[in-house]
Amino acid sequence: MNNRIDLKFKKLNELNKKALITFVTAGDPNLETSYKVIEKMIAEGIDILEIGIPFSDPLAEGPTIEKASYRALESNTTTDDVFTLVKKIRKDYELPILLMLYVNLIYKYGIDKFMAKCGEAGVDGLIIPDLPIEEVQELKSNAANKNIYIINLVAPTTKDDRLLMIAKESEGFIYCVSSLGVTGERKEITTDLSDFYNRLRGITNLPLALGFGLSNKTQIDGLKGEWNGFIVGSAIVNIIAQYGIDSPSYVGEFIRSLKD
Amino acid sequence: MDRKFGEFGGQYVPETLMEALLDIEKAFLKYSKEPEFKSELKELYENVANRPSKLYYASEMTKDLGGAKIYLKREDLNHTGSHKINNVLGQMLLAKKMGKKKIICETGAGQHGVATATIAALFKMECHVFMGKEDVERQALNVFRMELLGAKVTSVDSGTGTLKDAVNEAFRQWTREVDDTYYLMGSVVGPHPYPVMVRDFQKIIGEEVREQILLTEGRLPDTIIACVGGGSNAIGIFHDFIKDEQVSLIGVEAAGQGIETDFHAATISKGSTGIFHGMKSKFLQDEYGKIMPVYSMSAGLDYPGIGPEHAYLYSIGRASYFPVTDEEAIVAFEYLSRMEGIIPAIESAHAIYYAMHLAKKMDKDKIIVVNLSGRGDKDVYQVAKFKGVEINEQ
Repeated sequence: MNNRIDLKFKKLNELNKKALITFVTAGDPNLETSYKVIEKMIAEGIDILEIGIPFSDPLAEGPTIEKASYRALESNTTTDDVFTLVKKIRKDYELPILLMLYVNLIYKYGIDKFMAKCGEAGVDGLIIPDLPIEEVQELKSNAANKNIYIINLVAPTTKDDRLLMIAKESEGFIYCVSSLGVTGERKEITTDLSDFYNRLRGITNLPLALGFGLSNKTQIDGLKGEWNGFIVGSAIVNIIAQYGIDSPSYVGEFIRSLKD
Repeated sequence: MDRKFGEFGGQYVPETLMEALLDIEKAFLKYSKEPEFKSELKELYENVANRPSKLYYASEMTKDLGGAKIYLKREDLNHTGSHKINNVLGQMLLAKKMGKKKIICETGAGQHGVATATIAALFKMECHVFMGKEDVERQALNVFRMELLGAKVTSVDSGTGTLKDAVNEAFRQWTREVDDTYYLMGSVVGPHPYPVMVRDFQKIIGEEVREQILLTEGRLPDTIIACVGGGSNAIGIFHDFIKDEQVSLIGVEAAGQGIETDFHAATISKGSTGIFHGMKSKFLQDEYGKIMPVYSMSAGLDYPGIGPEHAYLYSIGRASYFPVTDEEAIVAFEYLSRMEGIIPAIESAHAIYYAMHLAKKMDKDKIIVVNLSGRGDKDVYQVAKFKGVEINEQ
């Protein structure tokens, strides 16, 4: 069975294009707005959608996404609500959908039940920021049964032998963290990205998507390395924080500026 | 090295931190076996921490309760006033061997923060302490103490503004500067190797108790009691006795306003298995896995989780855990002050209360050892406030 993530990267590769992966926290400030924001992003041509499930203690996030998580919890957004949201999107769209969430949300829900729900709703992959390769096995077979990829992350601190170990275990694409620290916009990325890219490309043929601190087209165009995709999160969440229920059109405008 | 205690423990952290954790594990394995490291640590325990700490026979308390003999392990007499310094000395020495110059840590009541700031001053390390906003307010004196010692204190106002959030923020800061910074975790919590490492630096408490009680009583105690937040003083006194099945091990959790209310921190009594702060263990959480706000008047026990080794000891039935409320802890706080002339930390007062309750029910030839994990000077103001007494601090 084909996973939508593989199909998407294959197609983009044939067109010699890079994937634009965009993030939104479900339920920020409410689920209706999230749905409208997502529809707008899809209309503007994003390639892959990443939906965050809110968590009380998102310790890999900077203040932007952390606050989005709190706003979504304020509006009582639950994991079940997120499945409903994914189902609603999946009815009309075929783009790959990823969920970003902390491992306790899966564990407490029940690994089996969680993966079954993902399969039913049409989720293609999971990004779990507090699940390093050492702990991934517990989820992997359950996910694989439902054709769901667990997207592994690598960081600039990850050494070569570890990169190799992670690459071997990876599927779909590898989420490459641009720099030290938590999510959020950065004035500049000081990592030697060309070295980071070359170290990765030397050991894997999987698509490599770069994230953390990417916020505008000029910056993204200027990044070193032949990355296969870019992940934009906090810059979008900031717009939602500013405009609330009126944010969909502003987010749409922002996505257009990334595509131009 | 075993990363888990049964199903509990593990390393659930962002990839950015993994190499740092592996480095710490490697260094810990290497140095903790070296005779030179061991003798340096022994000297620090003796000359800086003031070890061994006394095993004090609480004769007045024993007489008054009329049951088992009660001994207090006087960790409150350590330099900086609690057991926290044992672990800080061990990890600071390790950080120094690893060539680190910057230390970050979290603190609840401020005991771990003060211990870390103190030893950072001695070791000439840069020290950055994260403390929840609530705790900064209820333990203002400790904040000033840390600053006096040259540490930078950051007040964390995200989430509930308590220990849990201080840990979150310390983790975030560590991902920013992981290349040159050592995270000195204060309890037997977090990702591997912290639960093992912190336990090994705290197990001196139990080893001394064994030696001391054999000397005075010629036999092992029947019961050992300690308070449990993350659980480092408890593991410290339990560890050497785990193999002695006849010694009953009791951890005392903070029941705050009562475990039937929403205001407590009784993780074992009311929690369920989950994954948070890098470890699989027991947590107070809702049906979806959201971590619940917790409450205890004791900032040191005000934590929604417990160390993975405690979750394991509980799961195999080797240790038992019981809740004690704020009000009961205050009863014990006053009782020990009047009975023995010792003002205990409000954390330790939880353990004292349980001992008061248990001793009465035990025969006179039985022996209880309570870990008096810290001194209560820091809590006097808060207890006065709780009792409605105005203290004019000038």
